[in-house]
Amino acid sequence: MTSIFIQAFIYLFAAVIAVPLAKKLGLGSVLGYLIAGVIIGPVIGLVGQETTAIQHFAEFGVVMMLFLVGLELEPKMLWNMKSKLIGLGGLQVSLTVVIVMAIALAFGQPVTVAIAIGLIFSLSSTAIVLQSLNEKGLNKSSGGQSAFSVLLMQDIAVIPMLAFIPMLALPELVEAASSLQTATEHHEELSLVAGLPSWAYGLAIIASISAVIFGGHFLSRPLFKYVANSGLREIFVATALLLVIGIAALMSLVGLSPALGTFLAGVVLANSEFKHELETNIEPFKGLLLGLFFITVGAGINFDILSQNLTPILVITAAVILIKGAILYVLAIIFKVKGSNRWLFALSLAQVGEFGFVLLSFSLQNNVLSNELASMLQLVVAISMFLTPLLFILYEKVILRRYELQSNEQGEYDQDMHKGTVIIAGVGRFGQIVNRMLTANGINTVVLDRQATQVQNLRSINIKSYYGDASRPDLLHTAGIETADMIVIAIDDKEEAVSLTHHIKHSYPKVKILARSFDKGHTYELRDQGADIIVAETYFSALEMGASALTHLGFHPFDIEQKKHAFNTVENNASDELYNEWKKRTEGEKFGQDYRTMFMTLEETIKTAMEANRLDKHNATERGWTPPPKDYLDDFKD
Amino acid sequence: MKNNKILLLFAHPSLSRSEVNRPMFKAAKELDFVTVVDLYGEYPNFKIDIDKEQQRLNAHDIVVFQFPFYWYSTPAILKEWQDLVLEYGFAYGSEGTALHGKTFMCALTAGGAEKAYRAQGYNHFTIRELLQPLEQTANLTGMKYLPPFALFASRTAVEEGRVQQHVGDYVALLTALHQGRVDLSKASELQRINDDLEAVIASTTEENK
Repeated sequence: MTSIFIQAFIYLFAAVIAVPLAKKLGLGSVLGYLIAGVIIGPVIGLVGQETTAIQHFAEFGVVMMLFLVGLELEPKMLWNMKSKLIGLGGLQVSLTVVIVMAIALAFGQPVTVAIAIGLIFSLSSTAIVLQSLNEKGLNKSSGGQSAFSVLLMQDIAVIPMLAFIPMLALPELVEAASSLQTATEHHEELSLVAGLPSWAYGLAIIASISAVIFGGHFLSRPLFKYVANSGLREIFVATALLLVIGIAALMSLVGLSPALGTFLAGVVLANSEFKHELETNIEPFKGLLLGLFFITVGAGINFDILSQNLTPILVITAAVILIKGAILYVLAIIFKVKGSNRWLFALSLAQVGEFGFVLLSFSLQNNVLSNELASMLQLVVAISMFLTPLLFILYEKVILRRYELQSNEQGEYDQDMHKGTVIIAGVGRFGQIVNRMLTANGINTVVLDRQATQVQNLRSINIKSYYGDASRPDLLHTAGIETADMIVIAIDDKEEAVSLTHHIKHSYPKVKILARSFDKGHTYELRDQGADIIVAETYFSALEMGASALTHLGFHPFDIEQKKHAFNTVENNASDELYNEWKKRTEGEKFGQDYRTMFMTLEETIKTAMEANRLDKHNATERGWTPPPKDYLDDFKD
Repeated sequence: MKNNKILLLFAHPSLSRSEVNRPMFKAAKELDFVTVVDLYGEYPNFKIDIDKEQQRLNAHDIVVFQFPFYWYSTPAILKEWQDLVLEYGFAYGSEGTALHGKTFMCALTAGGAEKAYRAQGYNHFTIRELLQPLEQTANLTGMKYLPPFALFASRTAVEEGRVQQHVGDYVALLTALHQGRVDLSKASELQRINDDLEAVIASTTEENK
């Protein structure tokens, strides 16, 4: 137990020191984690042996990341991607395999080894690439989108590769292995499908994928609703984890990629009202695990082997990056990825990825590669991953700048960025009407409410809303507050509305805040925290009611319209004064402010304001259309 | 060189559908000697702030109404504006001299063709005749009246490429008004001030001669 604490401490400490520093130096968080790993591993030797074990654990970060990616991708969008997915992704994988294989053959490797190397090098790093694209805000650009389709295709391609590699076993390695006799460390993974005939295996795969889709679609909703209604946030977190881990387990049992399974589940849940809440809960786990994964990659670099084979390893790494980059660049031309995006696409995917590690150890276990070759290739994979953040920096600092000088590519971005979104926090009787008004005019809204039943009711009448507590900063983040134009705060809790206003004003000063207030005191509190527009929920309806009363008492409707306006004007004019009065009071008496005295002062001020108006030559309500005096014709001469 | 300040009161209830008035309004907005007021924008409920409007009038030398011609008159809010702002004791009456000496002009777009606005045409009256209530309002409030700056057949002006020229004329006229280069006596003989802009706008300040 103690050693676990110490190890965890070392990993966390390295991350805490290295990542903010790397970020500050403009290197990005991924490079920070990698460097942290190199320092605690090979350089000062604090950690080492356990990295492979931790790596398996950390790979779960990739699984969670794909779940989150899936959540952002509605089935319709996935369908629209199909040509890129199959065409671009398929060509990238097959071309890379063939060309790398040919080169390996030319260097005298046996066919089976050449194929294995080709397969390993064809894959890129989903973890590094997606993380870097997100961090740099490039994930919506056409280069980023294309890169994503290729990564997705690669994740799918891993499955047949894993099935194919055992067939490449080298007889002499098999012999050597069997003489050593099985089993030192290589124990059979738990599997449901081991030993099944292939038709049954196929059935098992189809059954488990259908289970994910069916379960995600029909069973998850009642479960989440049940948990959400309990109001226990940590249980919701547990449920989210249960979902992801459960799917990963199911997929592993039938020999499919857990990442792919959770991705699928994510896509199924992309339309769900619990989407943002799920994202918010999984996000921190994903971030930490991915970070851990990057650290293990850095820590796993074996400097002994590296220094012994420095030149060949560096040459192979450079060759891999160049060849992969060249293939990607050509494909980008064919698939009409334009301008700087073509470079982004080519550079971002030029490395070998974490699945390379998986395939390597799998090849080793299946006696396809010799130990010596495998450990060299391992270093090639690690170094190429290490170089990826640097390629991103190259893209940002050199290529993008050159293209910005050449042509203004802004237009392409703008469509994605300027959607003009409004977040509506709280969609009860008040927020609902605001939302209807906005959506009826084609405004994009993200509607949040923390009552699962309410969200479900709204969804049943086609109002797109999400379950979630808007007073949580991280949920606002996933709802997209950074890019939103404004937020409408219509949540039921008075204090939370005030503190939410405070938080948004400080963290996102560009977002306009429209707040619903309950009464005068609340209005002033909201105003104090910097709400831009405040509407008292009862004020206008009460004014309407007053006007209706006057109508039925026999006043002329048009006359009442003027009186209503005058009342409103006086109220508005007085409000600054009242606010200052209120402010003085709250500052003077820290607690226990007497609300009744305060309200009486307000009334007094309104009265004074009204009277001041009456002393004018015309009453405010009678100012317009006042006829001239009876004798006014005397003024005119013909 | 005079330094007249112009108050442009603009009334268009459906700005998003406007084809001629909007570019005119936009061009006028660019001129720093013109104060533009989008009346429908400022008073969407028709609750016109009388004090504010009277102060605006006091602060300017030239008043321009810009509007699409609706039923031979202004859109409703401009009439509302007149009814409320031109009060007894402000714009008329023995003490109502606030507008004395100012200049008044309408800039309008009309759907009908020029030939419709004459005794033989289907509108039977010229545009200037139809605007007589406003001309008389100017008289009674002591303002110098200019014939309207008008565009006919405005619904097809974009298709026929007439908008740019018209906007250019508008800017030239507003600039000339600002600099006091408009010959009032020459202008007063015209049906439309843009029938003969060259003659109306003197190259140097008329009053300085």
